Amino acid sequence: MFIMYFTERPYREVPEEEIIRSRSFFGTPNQYFDREVGARLYNEYLDEAVYAEELGFDGVMLNEHHGTPFCMGGVMDVEAAILARITRKVRIVLLGNPLPIVKNPVRLAEELATIDLISHGRLVPGWVRGAGSEQVFHNANPAYNREYFNEAHDLVLACWTRPGPFRWEGKHFTYRFVNPWTLPYQKPRPPIWIPGIISGETVTWCAERKYPYIGLGTSLHLTVDLWNLYGKVAAEHGYQAGSENFGYLQQVHLADTEEEAQEQGKAALFGGGGANFSRPEWTLPPGYNSKEANRRLFQSQSDYGFLGITSETLKRSREEESPEERARRRAEKRQADTRHRLARGEIGIEEAKAKILANYGKAQAGFQIIIGTPKSVLPKLKLIMEVLRPGVLGLFQAQGPLTKEQRLNSMRLMGQEILPELREYAKELGIVDPFEREPGSRPFVVGTKYEPLVDWEALKRAPKRDESIRV
Amino acid sequence: MAEWKEEVTRVAGTDLAIIKGGRGKPLLVLHEELGHPGWLNWHDALAEERTLIIPIQPGMGNSPRVDDIRTVHQLGLFYGWVLRDLGLAPIDVIGFSFGAWTAAEMATANAGQFRKMVLVAPMGIRPPEGEIMDIFCVTIGSQLNATVYDRDATPEFNSLYGGGERSASRMEAFEDARAETARLAWEPILNNPSLPYLLQGVRNLPVQLIWGREDRVVPVSAAAAYQKALANTEVRVAVFDHCGHRPEIEQREQFLKTVREFLA
Repeated sequence: MFIMYFTERPYREVPEEEIIRSRSFFGTPNQYFDREVGARLYNEYLDEAVYAEELGFDGVMLNEHHGTPFCMGGVMDVEAAILARITRKVRIVLLGNPLPIVKNPVRLAEELATIDLISHGRLVPGWVRGAGSEQVFHNANPAYNREYFNEAHDLVLACWTRPGPFRWEGKHFTYRFVNPWTLPYQKPRPPIWIPGIISGETVTWCAERKYPYIGLGTSLHLTVDLWNLYGKVAAEHGYQAGSENFGYLQQVHLADTEEEAQEQGKAALFGGGGANFSRPEWTLPPGYNSKEANRRLFQSQSDYGFLGITSETLKRSREEESPEERARRRAEKRQADTRHRLARGEIGIEEAKAKILANYGKAQAGFQIIIGTPKSVLPKLKLIMEVLRPGVLGLFQAQGPLTKEQRLNSMRLMGQEILPELREYAKELGIVDPFEREPGSRPFVVGTKYEPLVDWEALKRAPKRDESIRV
Repeated sequence: MAEWKEEVTRVAGTDLAIIKGGRGKPLLVLHEELGHPGWLNWHDALAEERTLIIPIQPGMGNSPRVDDIRTVHQLGLFYGWVLRDLGLAPIDVIGFSFGAWTAAEMATANAGQFRKMVLVAPMGIRPPEGEIMDIFCVTIGSQLNATVYDRDATPEFNSLYGGGERSASRMEAFEDARAETARLAWEPILNNPSLPYLLQGVRNLPVQLIWGREDRVVPVSAAAAYQKALANTEVRVAVFDHCGHRPEIEQREQFLKTVREFLA
């Protein structure tokens, strides 16, 4: 089993009021950025990665976001390059480079090869489409998001595996002389993992290419369906998927006592947490979703909130609500909405914060975040392992304004108390990771029984999640 | 209400949905960036004397996307091909916002395909004062609200796009339109830096510009920029008070009078 440490590297000293008022980490004015804080935090996060290695983690995972204090990894590859030099054993897992906003995939191929070389082959690159806000920030036409993704992916792989020089004339990228001198250390190329939220399209794409799929804290009940979709596509492509094809990321915070853990863990809801990552208009810029994804979105009954469409609204619209009734209901809703009430000065920021914190219990009940002492946290992590059997597990340090000491203590408890137990349990469960068994290396013979990828019995013990709560 | 119907025609190498209604000489209508907003009162009024021909832009409504159309200028060339093959050129044209920009691009390619051209608050040229609203970074609700100056004084606002019902199919149609507009005009932001130069080549095509003084989508300062660019042809400019980006519903009578006089 491969266990990695992850943190978003949040800028932890931004005014929470700003984020709550604007409903968004993305777009928080950069006048609140302090160079001294920034300099300190970048170094702290690099030190944390070194500490993770000392504690026995197999990997350190980085990610990339732009224009937001939620995550300082705007130039993730620079951090990765430093880690390549200052760590010795851990794999450096990048989940991932947002390909559509990379205007120069050849340069990206060179950067990643450099990291792989300096680390002597410890790089695990991964690709993402980037959040909607990233398309805005780097001005990548969202209507071409998937096309950019696919072509940049093919071009990076060509840089690494196709003898140069060659000419590349794609739809979106043109190069007359592709011949990167610096090539990756790992042959034929570094392993590639793909993170995702809940996208059947991405899972299918991964399974077709034998890329391990890493679920980013998605609800267990939905994730099992994705695993099975992966398995189905894998079978169609002639191989048996297994734990080596899957990974899972879980936000966790540990402390020495339950009381301390519960008090500290509230930090994860700072600024509204992941629910306030960006506003709807930045999350789904035009064309970012496929037509199919849009259809699912608009037909689903989920309380999504895009343009104020809720399942309730959809239901009412079907019941032919009169325009007057609709106007009245909308006015009432506006009247009661916390953000509008905040804007009107009817409530203070403390009340708005309290409303956010009211979800704290539910967020834990649904495993959006797991908080406690090693004793109370372990059974929950073991349940996740039983249900999903992930070959890769990422422990995601809680977000928000935890102190440096609280973060390091949580890491220490992970390393000393959690990791050994999980490794033992993985052996018991027969879980192997992508380095122990090459993904896609076991052929599947049509007509034989397909090995199950998830444990349905264990799923019955897993809590149902309130999907409207995001941490 | 005038009779109208939508039919899908095979033309210019693709299927193209076209709404046709009214009687008399044909008038080409190029709709806005969110698609055809529905048959409104101004359509009805003009349909008394003109046959309105409203092609639904490829990628929107029942017209499939044409991947090889990648810019607004190319969209204009496509429409030129449609007009020729349907035997409609030369024709009078009226365009709205993004559709008006498309008409201007068509004029730069071949002014002779039009008799007269009405541009209602066209995108396409960066205004000297203010900015074209970045419609790609707001919700559809915010975008629609910004198109009129005074929503309460514009009863027809509530009839746009089928009356504001936010059904799943309506939302999908909006997203299709937004995606297609973004595909063609994400960058530069809803304008073509070459357009002012190319418009200087337009000759012998009378142009009527119509703008709302309080337009929040395309600031009225762009009217002067269009007028300056169209230096070699006859241009009239009408700017309406208490009016935003939709003169056709905000100041309908004034709008109809201006259009009728110009096209007469």
